[in-house]
Amino acid sequence: MSRKILEVTNLTKIHGDGCPLCLESTGPEADTNICPHCGSVVAAHGVSFDLYQGEILGIIGESGSGKSTVVKTLYFDDAPSAGEAVFFDEDAQYDLYSLNAAQQRGLRNKRFGMVYQNPHLGLNFNVSAGGNIAERLLMSDVAHYGAIRERARSLLVRTEVLENRMDENPKKFSGGMQQRVQIAKALATRPPLLFLDEVTTGLDLSVQAAILDLILEIQHELGTAMIVVTHDLGVVRLLAGRTLVMKYGRVIETGLTDQILEDPQHAYTQRLVASAL
Amino acid sequence: MDNIILCVEGYAKQFYLHSRQRLIPSAAQVNLTVRAGQLTALIGPTGAGKSSVLKGIYRTYLPSAGRLLYTDAEGHTLDLALASEHRILELRQREIGFVTQFLHCLPRQPALDVVAEPLLTRGVTREAARQQAAELLERLAVPQRLWGVPPATFSGGEKQRINLARGLIARPRLLLLDEPTASLDTATTEHVIALIEEMKQDGVGMIAIFHHPALVERLADAVVELSPPDMAVTDQSIEHIA
Repeated sequence: MSRKILEVTNLTKIHGDGCPLCLESTGPEADTNICPHCGSVVAAHGVSFDLYQGEILGIIGESGSGKSTVVKTLYFDDAPSAGEAVFFDEDAQYDLYSLNAAQQRGLRNKRFGMVYQNPHLGLNFNVSAGGNIAERLLMSDVAHYGAIRERARSLLVRTEVLENRMDENPKKFSGGMQQRVQIAKALATRPPLLFLDEVTTGLDLSVQAAILDLILEIQHELGTAMIVVTHDLGVVRLLAGRTLVMKYGRVIETGLTDQILEDPQHAYTQRLVASAL
Repeated sequence: MDNIILCVEGYAKQFYLHSRQRLIPSAAQVNLTVRAGQLTALIGPTGAGKSSVLKGIYRTYLPSAGRLLYTDAEGHTLDLALASEHRILELRQREIGFVTQFLHCLPRQPALDVVAEPLLTRGVTREAARQQAAELLERLAVPQRLWGVPPATFSGGEKQRINLARGLIARPRLLLLDEPTASLDTATTEHVIALIEEMKQDGVGMIAIFHHPALVERLADAVVELSPPDMAVTDQSIEHIA
């Protein structure tokens, strides 16, 4: 059996001061993620799962379900309010939220990759496409100019960005092309773990298909473990072996993706699947 | 006895529809055995739960009752109904194949790569995998001009053969076949029959649903007849839940 790469236990994120009634007053049964007593937002609570090497895990849910919160806390964009996450690297393991800022930055720059829905979050629009990749390589201690340029070039070719646009600013690129540059940048350090947050949302259908193909090809070639956050059931059907379903900050169901889609257990998942087909 | 690879005892499946607060019976009281190198055919009228049995074994459905005892390549026996999701994914990758009536694949992947994919995930090189895929497509009489084209635009029969080739290529130990010849003409059906016989000789155990009784007669070593799950029992269980 392949190796476990990530173990998340009871991850919780509350925006606001919180009060003793927050947790019991929010969630799917309460039909809200805003605490009626103190106004804090319980973005995620009690989220637990394992991820194995080379596995693609889907997280589905509507806006406000907390699905993006999960990957943002794992990528250190956001600090969790409670919970643990252990990353098992090749020869070491890291308790993510016990690390200091420099150690967290190290993992983020070298061992994790993130592709955001909004390219402005993932790309630096003040430098060229190639420069974006170079930035990430420099942060992970690759310093030889020629080597960096060659690696940037091969990554952009791999993600099907035209080579002769390498020196252009990604500001001028189409949405699909910007996502390709983000993917190339995320992959620059060959991270074993990649987070994808609604990466195909808002793109034309044909562009979406091409990006999904690319993601799956990469997973085959590099064996990268991925967490794919999406509201699109078609995306998890094509990409993910297992899927978590979230609502109002809680995981309400988890299972093999085909089982979630064909034999959903929870009332909410049944509604979600029925409304998509 | 030692060649039994799957033993299903008392499998049942019912769906609970929250929106209607109703139990929908799908299969009940299913018992069957699959031996290595043999084919067990499932027969029975529409609604008897034939596909439901296959989906329960593959864990696309969560079984409501019963044991699905599978003996893996190492000789360990496990209940597929209770196995962890990771274990099921691993078995799907290495040992248990499912040829359904529908083809789900990436939109722009050429047919040849769709067929070769199960070998890639097992670590076979792209070239070798494509080679084997080509041989299989040749045998199933899929015209060569289609190999480089994504199957999305194919006819029903062409899609079905792509699906079949994809299911057969990795030579699983246990293969589930849901009407593998439903939209094929007589000549192509004969190619499929020859392949199934070859798989049997290689020791692959199979459970199959066939459209035509003639195919059951030719290919099945055992036949299991299902009848629709008893509605009366279900009415009781509805009251039970309410």
